[in-house]
Amino acid sequence: MISGVVLDLSNILGVLIALRPEIIITLAALAVTVLAAWRHKTVDDRQTAAWVTIIALAVAQGSVGFLWYQGYHPFGVSPMVTVDYFRLASATIILLGALLTVLLSLSYVERERLWAPEYYALLLLAVAGMLFMAAGSDLVTIFLGLELMSVSVYVLAGINRRSQHSAEAALKYFLLGAFASAFLLYGIALTYGATGTTNLLLINFQVQSLALQSNVMLLLGLGLLLVGFGFKVAAVPFHMWAPDVYDGAPTPVTAFMAAGVKAAGFAALARVLLTAFISVAPVWQEALWWLAAVTMIAGNLVALAQRNIKRMLAYSSIAHAGYLLAALAPGTVVGAAALLFYGLAYTLMTLGAFTVLAGAGRDGERTLKVDDLAGLAERRPWVAAALTVFLLSLLGFPGTAGFMGKWYILQAIVDARQITLAVVLVAASVISAGYYLPIIMAMYMKPAPSADSHAGVQVVGAARWVLGVTAILLVLFGVWPNAAMNLAQRGGSDLRPIRAPSAQEEHQH
Amino acid sequence: MITGLFWAFSGIAILAALLCITRKSPVASALWLVVTLFALAGDYVLLDAQFIAVLQVLVYAGAIMVLFLFVIMLLNLGRSGTRTDIKGWMGRVLAAALGTALVLELLPLRDLGPPEQIRIPAGTLATLAETKGAVGMIAEPLFKAYLVPFEITSLLLLAAVIGAVVLAKRKL
Repeated sequence: MISGVVLDLSNILGVLIALRPEIIITLAALAVTVLAAWRHKTVDDRQTAAWVTIIALAVAQGSVGFLWYQGYHPFGVSPMVTVDYFRLASATIILLGALLTVLLSLSYVERERLWAPEYYALLLLAVAGMLFMAAGSDLVTIFLGLELMSVSVYVLAGINRRSQHSAEAALKYFLLGAFASAFLLYGIALTYGATGTTNLLLINFQVQSLALQSNVMLLLGLGLLLVGFGFKVAAVPFHMWAPDVYDGAPTPVTAFMAAGVKAAGFAALARVLLTAFISVAPVWQEALWWLAAVTMIAGNLVALAQRNIKRMLAYSSIAHAGYLLAALAPGTVVGAAALLFYGLAYTLMTLGAFTVLAGAGRDGERTLKVDDLAGLAERRPWVAAALTVFLLSLLGFPGTAGFMGKWYILQAIVDARQITLAVVLVAASVISAGYYLPIIMAMYMKPAPSADSHAGVQVVGAARWVLGVTAILLVLFGVWPNAAMNLAQRGGSDLRPIRAPSAQEEHQH
Repeated sequence: MITGLFWAFSGIAILAALLCITRKSPVASALWLVVTLFALAGDYVLLDAQFIAVLQVLVYAGAIMVLFLFVIMLLNLGRSGTRTDIKGWMGRVLAAALGTALVLELLPLRDLGPPEQIRIPAGTLATLAETKGAVGMIAEPLFKAYLVPFEITSLLLLAAVIGAVVLAKRKL
């Protein structure tokens, strides 16, 4: 089944080939840091830093494509990092999210006077951490990648030093993030104690050969790992930091957190559960079932009560963590593929929505209410149309990528005979119509309050491209999802652990 | 004798850690942290990890603690008055409950321990230290098997340094 180049990842040369995207991003981060120290006074200098970042992200994506095209696969058990389609598919989602974030930041940074070119260096370092999370085949690598990402994003959340809310967001995220990391680390330590290894494939091997399926230490470790990841992807009941942090951080950073951080967290979580803990699948399936159901319902219900658009989108992103958890709950390869596809769609739609928000909310988008968008369709038809596409996609309306994504998730859930979870997902989506549709109605059906309302809506330069490209891709994947879905399926199928299927897995198919 | 030493060092570490988080004066807290770090270094020696123990004393109890004290004194945090960050009895009860839950979680683990098959026979590390040297025993895995995590750690420190400067510098 495996074709393409086989890479020996216990050899440093093999690792250097496998880690090309990460190395490119790291070098670019160093270059931007030096550049920022040398030139940082004028608009041009900041634009240079941004363009170096954009080029680096594009080149890294090119090398990801090359690794995919060559079909690199590891030889035997990969020690620290691995190279497979799942990793490369996750990396594509992460890099795309980062690229759109930088394009969105170009005008935002100038408008909000966030004059620190280190912004881009930290963004690149966060991307490097995310890529390591997606690539890690060892709990140590995954944890360090997660810390690298988190530390960079803590600072990015507080990069607007004039805003009290930004500082609050950074501090809150830092404290709760550190708390979550402690849980994760405790879980890793207990897993190591039970199995004597931190390598994902070897953990599964030990669990099977030593018959640790009901070992208390292993299960406690798994539980703590789930809590740690639950915090990072903002799943209810570990979501309490998310609304304030998403609300207070600068809008492009919020978009980056909602898309990239979540995608990386889910990539690592999926790999950990489906390779290391596949032998104790019934335990975490039960836990994920509840997490997913509670997150979907609670996220959507609380979003319903919000009038402030940025906060509403924050809760909507919590609800979407629920949909992604639901994709993972069956613990199947189909579910992993659905996770990748929905991850891509979610990255596009959430970045698009936040781009409109960043453009519409001059002088602080925190205060932007639903009614402030009344009559937007008349004044700015294209912006309104794009926002409509994003909201419909977030809702899961047929014809958009969001619908196809939810369809695949439902398929994975129903295949695993978790009918109740499927019902919860559909019900949650229906609830979400209650807050997405009023925004569209306000834009199209209500008159603009005054002649010069919306004069401040500025979607200029690169942000305009972000809007266009994301909207077109969402519709494209909505009506013609096959190409993207095929890639996602190849990615998902790589998470099969190396072993003969046991009775448990047979039962699921 | 080893077990007795272990309990002694561990007891001192836990006691000093408790004192560290309950003292009002930051300088006293920092000094109790030094005691904790020293006690942990003692535990490392009992685990046959002498090199790590030395590093612990040199780097943590030495260099990093000096930085801590410098910062405390530069910011003049010496007398903070009677303010406390622990809010009300609700917070205390909740914290105590959570802490107790975490400690109780250790109880089932005490009896279980790691499975027999994966336990390293006693004295393995001592033999390893004799053949490779106390430093080589650490250095070889660090720069061979764990090279990638090692490099990610260096990136992590870079990100932390850049972040600290961006957030704290008065004029960018």
